[in-house]
Amino acid sequence: MEYTILILVLPLLSFLFLGLAGTRLRPAAAGAVGTAVLAVVTAVSYMTAYAYFFGQGRAADGLYPTLTPWNTTWLPINDTLSIDMGIMLDPISVMMLVVISTVSLMVHIYSFGYMKGERGFQRYYAFLSLFTASMMGLVVATNIFQMYVFWELVGVSSYLLIGFYYTRKEAVAASKKAFIVTRFADLGFLIGILFYGYYAGTFSFNPQTEALAAAGMIIPLALGLMFVGGAGKSAMFPLHIWLPDAMEGPTPVSALIHAATMVVAGVYLVARMFPLFIGYAPDVLHATAIVGAFTSFYAAVVACVQSDIKRVLAFSTISQIGFMIVALGVCTSADPHSGGLGYMASMFHLFTHAMFKALLFLGAGCIIHAVHSNEMSAMGGLRRYMPVTHATFLVACLAIAGIWPLSGFFSKDEILTACFAYSPVMGWVMTAIAGLTAFYMFRLYYGIFWGRENRTLHAEHTPHEAPATMTLPLVVLAAVTLGAGFIPFGHFVSSNGTAYDIHINPTVAAISLCAATAGIALATWMYARERQAAAESLARRFATLHTAAYHRFYIDEIYQFITHRVIFRCISTPVAWFDRNVVDGFMNMLARGANGASYLIRGMQSGIIQHYCIWFLGGALVLTIILLFIR
Amino acid sequence: MIHMEYYLIVSTIMMFAGIYGFVTRRNLLAMLISVELILNSVDINFVVFNRFLFPEHLEGFFFTLFAIGISAAETAVAIAIIINIYRNIRNIKVKSLHEMKW
Amino acid sequence: MNILSLFPAIPLMMMLGLWISRNRTQIRTVMVTGSALLLALAVWLVFAYLAQRHAGAAEPMLFTDSREWYAPLDIHYAVGVDGISVVMLLLSAIIVFTGTFASWRMDTNVKEYFMWFCLLSVGVFGFFISIDLFTMFMFYEVALIPMYLLIGVWGSGRKEYAAMKLTLMLMGGSALLLIGILGIYFGAGASTMNILEIAQADNIPLAQQRIWFPLVFVGFGVLGALFPFHTWSPDGHASAPTAVSMLHAGVLMKLGGYGCFRVAIYLMPEAAHELSWIFIILTAISVVYGAFSACVQTDLKYINAYSSVSHCGLVLFAILMMNTTAVTGAVMQMLSHGLMTALFFALIGMIYGRTHTRDVRQMSGLMRVMPFLAVGYVIAGLANLGLPGLSGFVAEMTIFNGAFMHADTFHRTVTIIACTSIVITAVYILRVIGRILYGTCDNAEHLRLKDATWDERVAVVCLIAAVAGMGLAPMWISDTVRGSVSGIMAHIMN
Repeated sequence: MEYTILILVLPLLSFLFLGLAGTRLRPAAAGAVGTAVLAVVTAVSYMTAYAYFFGQGRAADGLYPTLTPWNTTWLPINDTLSIDMGIMLDPISVMMLVVISTVSLMVHIYSFGYMKGERGFQRYYAFLSLFTASMMGLVVATNIFQMYVFWELVGVSSYLLIGFYYTRKEAVAASKKAFIVTRFADLGFLIGILFYGYYAGTFSFNPQTEALAAAGMIIPLALGLMFVGGAGKSAMFPLHIWLPDAMEGPTPVSALIHAATMVVAGVYLVARMFPLFIGYAPDVLHATAIVGAFTSFYAAVVACVQSDIKRVLAFSTISQIGFMIVALGVCTSADPHSGGLGYMASMFHLFTHAMFKALLFLGAGCIIHAVHSNEMSAMGGLRRYMPVTHATFLVACLAIAGIWPLSGFFSKDEILTACFAYSPVMGWVMTAIAGLTAFYMFRLYYGIFWGRENRTLHAEHTPHEAPATMTLPLVVLAAVTLGAGFIPFGHFVSSNGTAYDIHINPTVAAISLCAATAGIALATWMYARERQAAAESLARRFATLHTAAYHRFYIDEIYQFITHRVIFRCISTPVAWFDRNVVDGFMNMLARGANGASYLIRGMQSGIIQHYCIWFLGGALVLTIILLFIR
Repeated sequence: MIHMEYYLIVSTIMMFAGIYGFVTRRNLLAMLISVELILNSVDINFVVFNRFLFPEHLEGFFFTLFAIGISAAETAVAIAIIINIYRNIRNIKVKSLHEMKW
Repeated sequence: MNILSLFPAIPLMMMLGLWISRNRTQIRTVMVTGSALLLALAVWLVFAYLAQRHAGAAEPMLFTDSREWYAPLDIHYAVGVDGISVVMLLLSAIIVFTGTFASWRMDTNVKEYFMWFCLLSVGVFGFFISIDLFTMFMFYEVALIPMYLLIGVWGSGRKEYAAMKLTLMLMGGSALLLIGILGIYFGAGASTMNILEIAQADNIPLAQQRIWFPLVFVGFGVLGALFPFHTWSPDGHASAPTAVSMLHAGVLMKLGGYGCFRVAIYLMPEAAHELSWIFIILTAISVVYGAFSACVQTDLKYINAYSSVSHCGLVLFAILMMNTTAVTGAVMQMLSHGLMTALFFALIGMIYGRTHTRDVRQMSGLMRVMPFLAVGYVIAGLANLGLPGLSGFVAEMTIFNGAFMHADTFHRTVTIIACTSIVITAVYILRVIGRILYGTCDNAEHLRLKDATWDERVAVVCLIAAVAGMGLAPMWISDTVRGSVSGIMAHIMN
């Protein structure tokens, strides 16, 4: 399958072409180039997936083989260790190829309409190509270091795209924040990789077991550090703060990067290292489940009170990624029939979530496009003006809430089953969060399409349905969301590679459906109508909680305090002062000392020749005396 | 016959008178004159030593003639400098010459 | 005549050519021809060197030549190159070439400026080809003196102070160095100044090594911005004219790292093993300290100068790790830092030439005004903070991997501390980019500024191409360097 190299090379070439020659092209031409390249990439990805799953099928041992059609040494480290670049195909990377290329293509098409007339249209498409290339490189990585390389590249493309409107202060601040927070997490990732490389003797994903066994406690440490990197990218608490701010970027970018693909890189990383986690660090894996569950809960609570629709979606993304991490974390063995179900559930949810979350964001983009605001207060009652957006948005909301037969139901059900199998506490907690999810998603839905309409604003500027380039991707994604639940996912991806059928556990399904329905019902009661007395009185009753949640429990402020007060004021400024005054002051003091000594000596050189003469004669006299008497 | 010591006493007196003058005088011309005194005392010594110790040689006499020639030239140069200084600062006191210090 | 002697000879001829040229066009012609020749020669040398290696040449140095120069002290004009010096020569040639374009529009005393500039490159090239301790030292001094005049005469700001400080501190370093070199010479039996022969004999008593090693290391370390001897660097860079900053930060600071490795560690390995911990601590401090200091600076050149302290600290840090990987990484970092810091200084000079300020608080929104320069600046910044695909990443990763080969707690701790610099680097780089390039342009004067001229574009594009080339295909550089380093390491470890 050598042609898979095209998946990496084509978007990269497209980036270079658009980056270098973009300004000389007409915007539409640049967009067409980017989209055409991406269409080819998508075709190749589908071809790869087809050939991988159906063309060659399973090997003799009943597993899908791991193929590496390309692998080349990029940077040798020493005689045994080297950083390779290549392409590795296995079930999850092929699945990711499909997800990324699909969402990316949709976003490319959608952006034609959404970004029309924007300054820097060509640059936008160049960055999208760069992002696609690096994300593809990340998922097909043959080794952990290649993953890290592309990990950084997706980070920078995210930085560039969040800061796309670089004249806006908020966008610049958000892009900086996103980069630095993830960079900080990547430090953990890097150190984890370095430990791993040293003790495992390789960067590849399947090291010698003896080496790992000999390393003892270091491997759990390394894996834990790697998870820190993953937590940064995947916005796990407390490294989540960059994601809500990242919504400053153009909405299609949020859909692509900050909902469907890049933010699940952390989940992908854990899935990629899954055999090692299970084999050598099950405790670390379970700890990630705790982190995931807490993040999921925290984000769900915050999402309930946000008024900016993109922020609601951002927190919902954080919460859903928490679900995926939990699903991985509750795995206790690699056997899907006893404790390994979560792996498949997580990947399945990753897949379905990518589709419906991209759909939600793109829908939100249409709405923002129509009302020119992100605030829910500018919306309400939009169902009359934007039927297509409304229908597709509803599909996505039902999917994320987990209503049968939409895709979200199936994947969430698997996750909950895995959680219940791990411990009832985890199961109930996650069920509650699922109910909360349904609640805040429908709060959002009613707030936008029903509820209290902002008539004055709409009278001034009547909202209108988005153009076809924007609605087409919505329809496609909605169709996928409707159908994706019926994919026999367990046949393609499972924790140890063997195929198995997904069973719907009737008890769990009933519980989760009840929770979802309850959430939706509550939201309907509170937000569907013009008057929202219940919601307002609740907000008044729990004013402190409401304000705290609205301000995201002040986590950002704490960070602000740490970075500005502690790092800048208490470290950098004193260091700079120390440098200028102590270190440099010492050097200057040496110079001044030398100078002072010269001034002292200079006094002897009075310039009056008689003085010199006396010195001379005195010297001559002394010498004479010495010569005459002392010897 | 006058003994050599008398010549030497004269030249020593001249020598120290010159040094005294050179150290104490603040006027450039006076200093120049003092330098001439020192030179001449040395010239006397050359001649006297040559005459009394090595009568068959002439180096001392030649050297003295040479030194006289040199001192004449040196005086000419020195006076030229002094005149230039005078033109510049209207003064030939050593103390006024700070320009060339350091 | 040995082919390597062309490296110092061409700049000398350029000086001659500049002396007789009568107008600016002629000066430019001489400079461009000469520096292009140097670049071509350096590129050719890389290929010739690799070809000879592939053909099986196993000596530590190739293209060697030796002529007696001063017999009583066994001083020879001895030259030769290995993988490390080939790479350094290439770096110097690139910087001299681009530096010529960066000072294209220089308008005061152009002729003299370029003559000193050429003399500086004589010193630099001579240093990298010498394998005789004294000749090396002489070229080192030749490189230092023009720096004083270039900063003192053509600089800006507190230029006299900066020039004086820089020269005095570097001279102080070279005084230590001279003592150290003489110590090595006499310690090794006073029979040769040739580095290879001294290394071969390997007979400096340990007691003496303990004295000479710190002297030589600090002597070169001053030039390599070793904490706490780095303070000349911010002031010097801030006052120097653009091309001089480029050459200085890009190449001259590398003399320090190169010398530390080639002289201090190569000739006195036992003492190096014994004393390395002191210097490892100092360099680890340099790395983090430089990065933290850069966070709160407001002058673009100061930011970059402190960033150089941090990155050059990493070079010395890696050298002290004393294994093949780390030292290979150090050489790559020298090359990478040389290229990207030259790019940075070139861009800062160009921006300063337009806005007449380097204060980050007085600039904003330059991306709209001068997109070419701004994009160049972003690329330089990304290279500096270690973006994969650009040169900084590969060098840093090689270093960190090399440093991780030491499994003891001390080395682990300092390595992790050094690693944190990649985060702090991101902080100060993004801070500057966000401040001066993004946002809206508030200053009406700045709105009228023009984007880069063609000569500036040449300089910037060349450097970006080099940075990206190294970042995308690091294995070539890495392989070129590694062969030589592993030979030296094998020698040191015995």
